[in-house]
Amino acid sequence: MTFKRTIPALVLAVGLLAVAGQPAAAQDHATPEPPAQKWSFAGPFGKFDRAQLQRGFKVYREVCANCHSLSFVSFRNLSEPGGPEFSAAQARTVAGEYKIKDGPNDQGEMFERPGRLADYFPAPFPNEAAARAANGGAYPPDLSVIAKARTYERGFPRFLMDVVTQYQEQGVDYITALLKGYEQAPAGMQMAPGMMYNKYFPGHGIAMPPPISDGQVTYDDGTPGTIDQYARDVSAFLAWTAEPHLEARKRLGFQVVIFLLVLSGLLYFTKKRVWHDVHMHPEELSRKS
Amino acid sequence: MSGHATYQPQNGLMRWFDRRLPIASLVYSSFVAYPTPRNLNYWWTFGGILSIMLAVQIVTGITLAMHYTPHVDFAFKSVESIMRDVNHGWLLRYLHANGASMFFAAAYIHMFRGMYYGSYKDPREVLWILGVILLLLMIATGFMGYVLPWGQMSFWAATVITNLFSAIPLVGESVVTWLWGGYAVGNPTLQRFYSLHYLLPFVIAGVVVLHVWALHVVGQNNPAGIEPKSDKDTVPFTPYATIKDSFFLAVFFIVFAWFVFYMPNFMGHADNYIPANPSVTPAHIVPEWYYLPFYAILRAIPDKLMGVVALVASIVILAFLPWLDTSRVRSARYRPLYRQFFWVFVVVCIGLGWLGGKPAEGGYVIAARILTFYYFAHFLLILPLLGIFEKTKPLPNSITESVLREGVPIGASAPPPVVSR
Repeated sequence: MTFKRTIPALVLAVGLLAVAGQPAAAQDHATPEPPAQKWSFAGPFGKFDRAQLQRGFKVYREVCANCHSLSFVSFRNLSEPGGPEFSAAQARTVAGEYKIKDGPNDQGEMFERPGRLADYFPAPFPNEAAARAANGGAYPPDLSVIAKARTYERGFPRFLMDVVTQYQEQGVDYITALLKGYEQAPAGMQMAPGMMYNKYFPGHGIAMPPPISDGQVTYDDGTPGTIDQYARDVSAFLAWTAEPHLEARKRLGFQVVIFLLVLSGLLYFTKKRVWHDVHMHPEELSRKS
Repeated sequence: MSGHATYQPQNGLMRWFDRRLPIASLVYSSFVAYPTPRNLNYWWTFGGILSIMLAVQIVTGITLAMHYTPHVDFAFKSVESIMRDVNHGWLLRYLHANGASMFFAAAYIHMFRGMYYGSYKDPREVLWILGVILLLLMIATGFMGYVLPWGQMSFWAATVITNLFSAIPLVGESVVTWLWGGYAVGNPTLQRFYSLHYLLPFVIAGVVVLHVWALHVVGQNNPAGIEPKSDKDTVPFTPYATIKDSFFLAVFFIVFAWFVFYMPNFMGHADNYIPANPSVTPAHIVPEWYYLPFYAILRAIPDKLMGVVALVASIVILAFLPWLDTSRVRSARYRPLYRQFFWVFVVVCIGLGWLGGKPAEGGYVIAARILTFYYFAHFLLILPLLGIFEKTKPLPNSITESVLREGVPIGASAPPPVVSR
């Protein structure tokens, strides 16, 4: 197959698409792109920073948890490998500080008891209606997989580059940017009642008030309590809750890819060896005839 | 097709068994002695890759089914529980989800290869039509599988696609109600999709058997597009094709593993990590990448019924390809004009795919209409006319001669794969 002939066709098609893409591209300027952060868990050998996850957990617990549930995460996860890796005792203590509704007991009554490792993080509100009533009509979403449920458009050709660079932290970058993205609404922009202006939120009108301010959470490890630090730490924590087996996945992936590379190499040389005689055959034939 | 040894069991017991059920003979003649053209390039390895991918999907799928709950209240939760609590559940799910993408990628390469080398022409029409049926089954299976996690895209894709049937005149609304099992996409819909998603892969496997059977009756096409004339033109399937297929399968699996382990959500959509919510419509409802060209064709037509007709026609038209292409010459190697139109067609398909992922507005719609027109023109105008007016290059007398004339060693590396998304 010749590729010289395909080049004019490609140029034509790309030109067509570029012309088609222009009007829409011009409209997208309203929402800036979340800046790409450096994450310890990015790339093929990425690992979570335990201290960062522990700090992020503290921010979640003291700030986010007032309104947001984390329903797919259980207390035992806190001490499992590949996460914040609290000790089992620490995780048990955390669990014990929550009240879990259980029952019915022998009398048929529901009761509350302290949490155990096997329990999941209880939701701050009993149901969606209660959550909306307490938040001016807005429903704070569950945060378990939020880091995978949010993204922003990468566009051509970056989405192709991302396959090579393994950039997949759009969601985490977006959350970090969002937490720091509160500003005065630009002059002339009318915000609906109870809505805040956020640079990075699609449409800019967000019901969540600025969730955190400098010094609001005191870190046990002496890390300075700045909004920037809080945003990064809690985003990293949410990256872990969304993908708790990320470290195991990347570790196994490296082994699998190395195995497949070696296997491919061996198969390639075996193939060459097997086909060797066939390659020789036609020339010998032609010499004979 | 002759001259290769038939299977003669050495062992007495095997001889006894083979006279009663010649399964060993069948395997021997189909996958060992089966004569395969000596000049096949790496584009011919995708048939084997596809059958392995079907096996991967069935094995991971059956395991996932052991842990999944097909109920609107538990589906999303059970998928998350697979991701978190099932041993290597994340691996099973990512293999299955990315496996679907790899399956489609391989199928599209396999089809484009068939188009480039004219593999659908006499006597391989039935083989090709079985392939089109397989594509239709894959599309149905993949769509229903995407609904099962019951995220936002699952729900809204199910709503949009099932609503297409409402375009059918007179009975459309009743058909949609019947498909849903209710008056909206709901629990009955999810449960029947789950049931059918489990069933259809086995139907696919059955049609694959027919596809392979038909292949073994008519023999493989090859880059020269001429039939093998003597034993010199073929090599036995084992070890030649088996080792070549194995090598390229391993290479294919490197790409597969790259996505599964390093970019597992690249081909998916972030909105599908939001649980399904019938009262919130996502900003852009987009199908999986492998449906995007067809989705672009659907949206390019302003009328709903005609859009659905165009969507169906864009796939069904493939089944008529053997008769729409009027050229007697199979391989694009000897068809200088067709070769250029083929690559334009590939670019048009990729362009449609890109447009399918864009909002249906402004310049995108105009571009989609132009490309949709071209897509159909390729089949209905270009191919029939090319066969009449194209001046083809002289064909070689035999496969062996073609190998000598080209001066390319057999089994030399193929051109780089077509990037599609």
